[in-house]
Amino acid sequence: MKKSAFSLHVDLESFMPASAEDKEYMVQMRPSSTFFKDGIKRLRRNKVAIVSFYIVLFITLASIVLPMLWPYSYESMLGVVPGKPVDASYNNLSPFKYGSTELRKIEAGEKVFPHVFGTDSSGRDYFIRVVYGARISLSVGFFASIIVLVIGLTIGAISGYFGGKVDLILMRIVDIIYSLPDMLMIILLASVLRVSLGPAIENTIFAKLGSNVISLFIVFGALYWVSMSRLIRGQILNLREQEYVLAARASGARGPRIITKHLLPNCMSVIIISTALQIPSAIFTESYLSFLGLGVNAPMPSLGSLASEALNGLTTYPYRLVIPAIVISLIVLSLNLFGDGLRDAFDPKLRT
Amino acid sequence: MTDTAKNLVEVKNLKKYFSINTGFFKSKQLKAVDDVSFSIKKGETLGLVGESGCGKTTVGRTLMQLYKPTAGSIVYDGKQIKTPSDISEFRKKAAIVFQDPYSSLNPRMTVSDIIGEPLDIHKAYENKQERRERILSLMQKVGLNSEHASRYAHEFSGGQRQRIGIARALAIRPEFVVCDEPVSALDVSIQAQVINMFDELQNDMDLTYLFIAHDILVVRHISDRIAVMYLGKLVEVADADEIYEHPLHPYTRSLMSSVPYPDPKIARENKRIVLSGDIPSPLNAPSGCPFRTRCPHAAEICAQSMPSLSEAATGHAVACHRLKEIS
Ligand SMILES: Nc1ncnc2c1ncn2[C@@H]1O[C@H](COP(=O)(O)OP(=O)(O)O)[C@@H](O)[C@H]1O
Ligand code: SF4
Ligand SMILES: [Mg+2]
Repeated sequence: MKKSAFSLHVDLESFMPASAEDKEYMVQMRPSSTFFKDGIKRLRRNKVAIVSFYIVLFITLASIVLPMLWPYSYESMLGVVPGKPVDASYNNLSPFKYGSTELRKIEAGEKVFPHVFGTDSSGRDYFIRVVYGARISLSVGFFASIIVLVIGLTIGAISGYFGGKVDLILMRIVDIIYSLPDMLMIILLASVLRVSLGPAIENTIFAKLGSNVISLFIVFGALYWVSMSRLIRGQILNLREQEYVLAARASGARGPRIITKHLLPNCMSVIIISTALQIPSAIFTESYLSFLGLGVNAPMPSLGSLASEALNGLTTYPYRLVIPAIVISLIVLSLNLFGDGLRDAFDPKLRT
Repeated sequence: MTDTAKNLVEVKNLKKYFSINTGFFKSKQLKAVDDVSFSIKKGETLGLVGESGCGKTTVGRTLMQLYKPTAGSIVYDGKQIKTPSDISEFRKKAAIVFQDPYSSLNPRMTVSDIIGEPLDIHKAYENKQERRERILSLMQKVGLNSEHASRYAHEFSGGQRQRIGIARALAIRPEFVVCDEPVSALDVSIQAQVINMFDELQNDMDLTYLFIAHDILVVRHISDRIAVMYLGKLVEVADADEIYEHPLHPYTRSLMSSVPYPDPKIARENKRIVLSGDIPSPLNAPSGCPFRTRCPHAAEICAQSMPSLSEAATGHAVACHRLKEIS
């Protein structure tokens, strides 16, 4: 059949059946790709997620490295020198302004490191307090998520794997915790623990962390694991019915092996994704608890307590509220976007 | 096959009921397998056929101790399997190949880890080197390219995946293998290859099979004897050729009459029996003979009692009240 130059008809003559070797070749030459590699490839293509990742990475690195290099510390009040009266010129400095002794040094030709964000009402360098606050917020978020992960994973896996009565009882507990108003519970728990925990941890390594940080972790551990455990339980229930699990049992595999080799690896993506998404929500909770005065103990700053302190001089020094607020938003937003990117790359089914 | 060969597997009055929730706090018994007895001699292949949903998979899995039997006993090599230690002993000698080549392979494991898992569980090797060699020789045995050992299952075609599943089943050098419709998910062009492979492996490794299929044609060549199942019960058991040439039970006859004959002359002479109605749900099975709702020969007695599986000729057992009247 003659074919017109513009015809979209496929020219059958240019096709021929693949020989057996051709087919074999196709199977062999396709590069081996694992689930993980595929996911990374998809993640790389997601610009928003990558940018968010770098923002989080940048803030994290900065909050680790900067306090080591910065000449001021988050707790030293610059106007207070032992044996001398308090120098009030250091309090409430505007950005890039200096206190009285520093001005004298500059006149004498010495270099003085600037106060990039000025100082707070007690004469502490505000920049380093923000950096330190970000460090505290990030680490609280990270460790709280780990706690949530460990508890949620254990209970969810037990519930899903054993099923029956165990599942029934555990899931009723989850339902009860779910139905509690969590804001109220967090505030109640945090204020009760603040009082009762203080004396208990005196002279232990925990004292350095402060009772409030510990009570934060307890609050997260006690309340936030429920949604994680529900998620994991659902996954395990589903995976348990897969034929490869039956196959493992037919080969004589027992509980521990089935859980670690078959069930967990297959819900790994769900676990990682929901942990990643847990971090910003923990940071957020930490911030508002600190804002309410239930967070980290003074003089340790967190982004929430910085914002709270800034309320006093809000009209004169609005930037002191704006700066920590922006940092919180940036961290929470980037972590959320990155978590979403992870989810889309590794488990598109999970999208709701 | 000699008649003197002893029974490797004996299943006696096996029942497996599932409880199905039919509403709040209400549940009903689904009799997936109801009072099934059969035996398999060493080196023999018993084909188990029946429509989808009649309980074949449940028989295979209960036999493999993947489901706890509701009642009945399973005797392997003269010893009843009861305690957990009996079960773990049994699992060193018996294996199963699943129907679905996709969901039966863990997507997060490489082929060599999938095949090696039974070896790992039973600590069947001295060192890594030996493990690797055994895995590679298994892959070779089932016709897989050993270069693919470190690949993941999703990179293979259905037929190749089923071969991986077969290699896994053979890893522990079993005596007995339950093959649960191992070819029904495969392309017709590949089915014959895989069935022939089962046949060769049986000769090579001295295997005994329970070979499940929904199509009697699939099992005809590989089976020594065939058992026909309907709604959780066995209705006929006989030698493969015997059942093919002289089916006695009305259900088996209808199955045989729907088998296409290559010769149109025979096909025309062979009147087709078309069954009316659908297979009833096992949740409310008919009283008496399970087949009576569709049986062209059903009579009053059929509703009253379940016909027992009894020998109509030597080695040919049938469960039908009206066998004499029909033939
Ligand atoms: N785990 C289970 N729970 C409840 N019902 C089941 C389960 N497995 C199978 N069944 C039911 O038992 C019957 C027999 O199923 P099955 O053994 O899979 O049949 P076949 O393999 O012959 O197609 C079906 O009605 C099925 O719905
Ligand atoms: S017992 Fe009755 S209903 Fe059942 S197969 Fe025989 S004739 Fe048909
Ligand atoms: Mg089946």
